[in-house]
Amino acid sequence: MKLLTLNFLTCARRTCKSSPLSFPLHPCDAELEIADVDFSLDFLRNILPRLEWDAMVALCSELSLPLSATVPAAAELSGAGDEPTQSAKDLHHLLLETNITAGKLVCGNCGHEYAIKEGIANFLLPAHMV
Amino acid sequence: MSTQPPDSSDYESEHVHQVYEQIASHFSSTRYKPWPIVERFLLSLPDGSIGLDIGCGNGKYLSVNKNVYILASDRSTNLTKIASTHQPHSALVADTIALPHKPASFDFAISIAVVHHLSTPERRREAIHSILALLRRAENGKEAGKALIYVWALEQKDSRRGWDSGNDQDVLVPWVMKEKRPKQPKKNRSKDSTADEDPTKKDENVDLENNSAVGPKHQSGEKTFHRYYHLYRSGELEQDITHADGLVLDSGYEKDNWWAIASPKS
Repeated sequence: MKLLTLNFLTCARRTCKSSPLSFPLHPCDAELEIADVDFSLDFLRNILPRLEWDAMVALCSELSLPLSATVPAAAELSGAGDEPTQSAKDLHHLLLETNITAGKLVCGNCGHEYAIKEGIANFLLPAHMV
Repeated sequence: MSTQPPDSSDYESEHVHQVYEQIASHFSSTRYKPWPIVERFLLSLPDGSIGLDIGCGNGKYLSVNKNVYILASDRSTNLTKIASTHQPHSALVADTIALPHKPASFDFAISIAVVHHLSTPERRREAIHSILALLRRAENGKEAGKALIYVWALEQKDSRRGWDSGNDQDVLVPWVMKEKRPKQPKKNRSKDSTADEDPTKKDENVDLENNSAVGPKHQSGEKTFHRYYHLYRSGELEQDITHADGLVLDSGYEKDNWWAIASPKS
């Protein structure tokens, strides 16, 4: 599961959604792996304004991955001739190519743990928790 | 006469979730051609839109538009694994009624051939409600997020199954899975092992009801699974959306299916 996904995930329990503690979920015992994804400057430009940057910074720090404390400005993503900058390439690598292949995602509100196996996160809840 | 199934998610677990988990690979090999209404909806989205594919199956709609970002989900782990190969999107295992996303935050959603697997009117409306709840509300002149919902129709008298108004709306539909026979020459293969998908021929090649046409080859190495469906009658999808606090923006019929595009009420 690519790190970008985590920007859009909360706890699946209805009772947790109103709590700010349910976002972002906290990775635990995470195993990371890199997988190539085609680079698209437009995709990156479009997705950046939709990120909850503070949450992504917190997440990356939990995973000991580098992410600048402030959102890069659009101008920082491309240079002359619309060539992507190193900072754009780094962001692509971090958000789209860095995957959690195994581990858990933990809700900061209820403590429920969602397993990640073979790169697939499982959010199914036992009936009494829905 | 309606054989109303028991009001229970256990029923769906047995007659929907477990079946898809077991037929995942074979099912996926028959599902690759996008349906036109769905393709048109996905291609009409502005670049950079962020949305959901709820009940994504093998993820066949994830290859339609790479300029949007889709978080896809399905109950079946085996189908989700297949779906997760489509970049730049993401796929995860989750239940339609308990999705791990923030409410009111997505630009669009699609839910194709999913809601008809829920076994009571209440659960179908709850599913639609939970899909709409994830969409952005209209604000500052920007319109609300949109969901495309697509369900199997009762009225399909020209299809191979031949159901039509007046028939039972709650049905168990067989899926026949054949085991691969590696050395069988191609031309001798029975039709049901080379499934291709076309909205007009949905499930045709795995339809048990007509297996006499296939002859004795059917006798060995096959297994039949039954999936529960609620077949929607004309107008019923729109009613369910209205009950789920949704606004129907557009709706129609396409090749044995009813579809609607809906937004949450502001």
